[in-house]
Amino acid sequence: MTRTPSAPATLLPGDRWRWPETFAWLAVAACYVAFPDRSGLIAEILILALFAVSLDLILGYAGIVSLGHAAFFGLGAYTAGLLAAHGWSEPVTGLLATGLIVAFAGFVTSFLVLRGSDLTRLMVTLGIAMMLAEAAGKAAWLTGGTDGLMGIVVDPILGVFEFDIFGRTAAAYAAIVLFVLLVAARRLIASPFGMTLRGIKSNRLRMTAIGAPVNRYLVAIYTVAAGYAGIAGALLAQTTQFVSPEVLAFARSAEALLFVIIGGAGYLYGGIVGAVAFKLMQEWLSGLTAQYWQFWLGLGLVLLVLFVRGGLGGLAFAAMRRLKAARRPAAPAAAEERRA
Amino acid sequence: MLTVLLDGVAYGMLLFVLACGLSVTLGLMNFVNLAHGAIAMIGGYVTVVAMNRFGVPFLACLPLAFAASALVGLVLERTLYRRLYDRPHLEQVLFSIGLVFMAMSAVDFFFGASPQLITLPEWMRGRVEILGAGIGGYRLFVILVCAVIALGLQLVLARTRFGSQLRASVDDARVARGLGIRVGLVFAVTFAAGSGLAGLGAAIGADMLGMEPFFPIKYMIYFLIVVTVGGTKDLAGPFFASLLIGIGDVAGKYYVPEFGAFAIYTIMVAILIVRPQGLFGRAA
Repeated sequence: MTRTPSAPATLLPGDRWRWPETFAWLAVAACYVAFPDRSGLIAEILILALFAVSLDLILGYAGIVSLGHAAFFGLGAYTAGLLAAHGWSEPVTGLLATGLIVAFAGFVTSFLVLRGSDLTRLMVTLGIAMMLAEAAGKAAWLTGGTDGLMGIVVDPILGVFEFDIFGRTAAAYAAIVLFVLLVAARRLIASPFGMTLRGIKSNRLRMTAIGAPVNRYLVAIYTVAAGYAGIAGALLAQTTQFVSPEVLAFARSAEALLFVIIGGAGYLYGGIVGAVAFKLMQEWLSGLTAQYWQFWLGLGLVLLVLFVRGGLGGLAFAAMRRLKAARRPAAPAAAEERRA
Repeated sequence: MLTVLLDGVAYGMLLFVLACGLSVTLGLMNFVNLAHGAIAMIGGYVTVVAMNRFGVPFLACLPLAFAASALVGLVLERTLYRRLYDRPHLEQVLFSIGLVFMAMSAVDFFFGASPQLITLPEWMRGRVEILGAGIGGYRLFVILVCAVIALGLQLVLARTRFGSQLRASVDDARVARGLGIRVGLVFAVTFAAGSGLAGLGAAIGADMLGMEPFFPIKYMIYFLIVVTVGGTKDLAGPFFASLLIGIGDVAGKYYVPEFGAFAIYTIMVAILIVRPQGLFGRAA
């Protein structure tokens, strides 16, 4: 499936802004204006979208599978919560500090996921997340145990915008943080560093052979992704002013995987689309069948894997490709035949 | 002390019977089936329903549980799983998590979220003295039955024609097919037997493990630990891993309850860091 890219595609910068992106962000702004009473939900979706972007960085671009990405999300939530509960109540610096701390945790644990097969990686990441979840539940003196961490006080953002009970500030705050981090991530993956990562994902052996510092790059992206997940967790702690061990639960890691897979791994926006689609579906289904919405979620997953490979993003790209092929039918068809 | 040890052994043996099917599908056939616990749950619920609604005796429920789980496993393998054998691990994970979600909701819908209880037969409720330590009759029964199953499995795998066919199919499916082994059939039978054993394990352990809709998620992690720590060389690896985890978990929860399951995850991560192929595994 190698397609020769056209000259303009290779010469233009990889992270140039495309029109659907403007449209997507306008849609976010429109939702914010149109549904003021659902701001809490909007904030939650944006936070989960950031978490999904973080997982996509390692899964979609570096090919590192993880069943325990909630470890960093939860670590971020607890770090931010503890900072705020012990006097560091300025949100923006708190967010940055949390990001750095969690990124460091990611750096330390990254060496554990370099070894072994995919299966070992799935198990090690799962094990680390479960360890943290157990620890958070048991260390009641620090985390408040299963009752959750109380007493989180968050100052107004930049001293001006106070967090309100409807989540208006929270949603705007989350949207801005997501936007800034997403722009940074686009830049990162369009860089030679990102290109090398994609090379590692498709053929690690060959990348090693041409002299790419494979392990160092994997450590780097894992560290960055951990920082992103930590910031997502910190956002959740700051906007809800509450942290419980649920932030570290297995369901969170599984959900993040679902977001990325639903939306399509390796598109950055895929995780965001997945988070939006998943959360809206959850809202709709749980309104419809109360506690049994999980059944339909499961069915959706099964069908997704069986029939729709590459997620919604994959579907969209396939449709676009077909559209382009229909516009210029002769050349690609001939190329296909020659290859066959 | 000895009582804790024996309890741990009973728990570990149970884990082995539950997880040995997974150790073949995941370890040997290289298919990540997180829905293994859901298939086991079917056997457990068949036992609960048969005993509580139809008054079937406990022992007669065990073959029923085996048959029900084996049948479901066979149907799933023939219709769905076989299409996913050569897909990436991640897709297998997602697919089987989807099945787990469906199974959990379905059980919740039909039986409610509360744990289902069974009444054990009279002769299992007493206590037996062994070497001065008391052990419940039920636990002793669990240990004995599971030991027989483990021995039987080892014999089937190592000594029978089917066992060699399975090992050949797993080592190199193409060559095995060339030698006239019907690989698809071998895999299907193996999958069904593994599912059946899981159902049997859940039925035997229904009183110890507790039958509730969360069963698949709650024990999935233990199953995975057994398989990844035990490695995939033969059944001895998962067997010792099960015992290690059973004893470790029971002892940990008994002596240092404030750590909970922390110990078991630490052990797993530590083992996987030192030996990524598992304690008794072969290099991939």
